[in-house]
Amino acid sequence: MSISTPRQTSGTSTNTTTAVTATQSQRLVVAVSAMFLGAFLVYFAGFSHIDAVHNAAHDTRHSSAFPCH
Amino acid sequence: MFKQIAQTAGFTGLLAALLLTLLQSFSVAPLILQAETYEKAPSADMHEHAEGAMAGHVHDAEAWEPEDGWQRVLSTTGGNLVVAVGFALMLAALYTLRSPTSAREGVLWGLAGYAVFVLAPTLGLPPELPGTVAADLTQRQVWWVGTAASTATGLALMVFARHWLLKISGAVILVVPHIVGAPQPAVHSALAPEALEAQFKVASLLTNAVFWIALGWISAWLFRRSEAPATQPGLNPAL
Repeated sequence: MSISTPRQTSGTSTNTTTAVTATQSQRLVVAVSAMFLGAFLVYFAGFSHIDAVHNAAHDTRHSSAFPCH
Repeated sequence: MFKQIAQTAGFTGLLAALLLTLLQSFSVAPLILQAETYEKAPSADMHEHAEGAMAGHVHDAEAWEPEDGWQRVLSTTGGNLVVAVGFALMLAALYTLRSPTSAREGVLWGLAGYAVFVLAPTLGLPPELPGTVAADLTQRQVWWVGTAASTATGLALMVFARHWLLKISGAVILVVPHIVGAPQPAVHSALAPEALEAQFKVASLLTNAVFWIALGWISAWLFRRSEAPATQPGLNPAL
């Protein structure tokens, strides 16, 4: 990710500041997305009402103490 | 950053799922199979129970089901993998917000995960063998998810909040689902003997404890490992 700055001398520090600020908000967005993706995976294998998925992950559900039947 | 989360979650999930499958095959799987023999047994003993009082293990006849043996082990491993990667993604997401200072700190995160996803829900809905009568599935799932969410919020407030009032409200949030109470069936009954049920509860709780400690420890270790190169000069830590 490159950010063009008009002044070459102070460019490095401006870049770093912008990058750090971007990282903070990016970090939150990425973390929340990953959290949701993770929750979806657990939901899919552990809580989905699709019969074939239930049957495939049946022992996983019982072992993890997820509500199964 | 996304790569770091994906790598951590992928490898952690894989290792933890393999460990879980191994543990299950010694601990819970034999008990599940044993419980199923009671389910599949022809109901020769005609009790005076009303028809349908025993909500059996009714599977849709048309839905695919793995055959006992390698198919079942493989599909359980698949299920374990999806669940383990899911939980590992959540842990890795938390690490990007609060980087663990050591792999041992990951063990604490793992224990927190165990409290949120195993201990708190099982207080109301204990691990059950196939053939156990329980309340409506969706109601139990809603209570389970609600309990996990409130335990996570409650624990986070109790551990990270500075103000005592927030800490106390964390404790209150943590307790609320248990005051509300988990959905219970009108009559408790099970096909498998009580001793088998008790054995299964212990086996499930212990297996999950080992799984979560491993998940926390491996994820923090891998996350810290993949964090190191990003701090080298010349590399952009943003991506």
